[in-house]
Amino acid sequence: MSWKTGDGGWSPYLAGALVGILAIASVYATTRWLGKSSYLGASTTFVRAAGLLERTVSPDHVEANAYFTKEKVRVDWQFMLVLGIFLGALIGSATDGSFKLESVPPTWEKRFGPSVWKRAAGAILGGMVAMVGARMADGCPSGHGLSGMMQLSVSAFVALAMFFVVGVFIAALVYGRRS
Amino acid sequence: MSTDQWLGLVTGVLFGFLLQKGRVLRFEKQVGAMLLKDMTIFKFMLSAILVGMVGIVLLTDAGIVTLGHKSMNLGAVLLGGALFGAGWAVMGFCPGTSVGALGEGRWHAVFAIAGMVAGAALYAELYPFFKSTVIAWKDFGKIGLPETLGVSPWVIIPLFGAGTIFLFLWFEKKGL
Repeated sequence: MSWKTGDGGWSPYLAGALVGILAIASVYATTRWLGKSSYLGASTTFVRAAGLLERTVSPDHVEANAYFTKEKVRVDWQFMLVLGIFLGALIGSATDGSFKLESVPPTWEKRFGPSVWKRAAGAILGGMVAMVGARMADGCPSGHGLSGMMQLSVSAFVALAMFFVVGVFIAALVYGRRS
Repeated sequence: MSTDQWLGLVTGVLFGFLLQKGRVLRFEKQVGAMLLKDMTIFKFMLSAILVGMVGIVLLTDAGIVTLGHKSMNLGAVLLGGALFGAGWAVMGFCPGTSVGALGEGRWHAVFAIAGMVAGAALYAELYPFFKSTVIAWKDFGKIGLPETLGVSPWVIIPLFGAGTIFLFLWFEKKGL
């Protein structure tokens, strides 16, 4: 087993373990400096982004919405964390030569062809369904999968099992096992 | 920017960098796991969980941090989890990795991001309906596995660790 992958990446065991350390440091830091233990997550930020966008068109509508009121539409710690993921990935890929402009993922192209529009339709539809699910379950693979599992939350074990089992089933239907 | 925004940004940059180095941001890796062909994301996630679990339980035992369980709302976690899994398979990204994939140049991730923002807006409109139906069904509250099973987390962690390492050995043997 090597600590480096062929393309200049790091072993997923090493990178994962470092994320574990980052998660611990982050809970400590948020408790110490923000007065509340916050755990890594991403999906609530999409609610806030939707609220910020809708607010530019119809502030009254956002104001009156119970869910936006509950989740508070603002650029908070997690919102900046999600923007940071973009920057961190950009820095990582630009410095090791793995940055690559890609218009359609290869696995998708093999099954559905090179059309960007087909890919856009699939990603938008899939994204909508996934986000409705993530908000209903109150978490995604970051909030449930990483943070919830680290805390031994019962909901995390159930959510992660559902994510994966249904994901395997739908992926087999969509991409075909032998493709 | 305020302290919480700065702290979030720094944490996010490190998180994104490590996700990128672990090569888990890619559509191929996520769909590869769901097609049971490439277990990179599980190697990554389970390594993070195992290390994080030890530290977070230690810090909680010491009274330094507090746990923030998400509610074990039966209908919401089951149905929401299933919807997420279905959408995840087609989209090929999860919320956190979509923005990271964009950072790596995989610009088609903008469609996934747009879909997820639209999904969040849709959820906000449907929230009153879900609240009175699927969310109202059965809520076990914010519960952890140790108190549910009536054992110490220090009984669960070694078992979880042994299971994880066993799984890793199996992945490596099978070349997954």
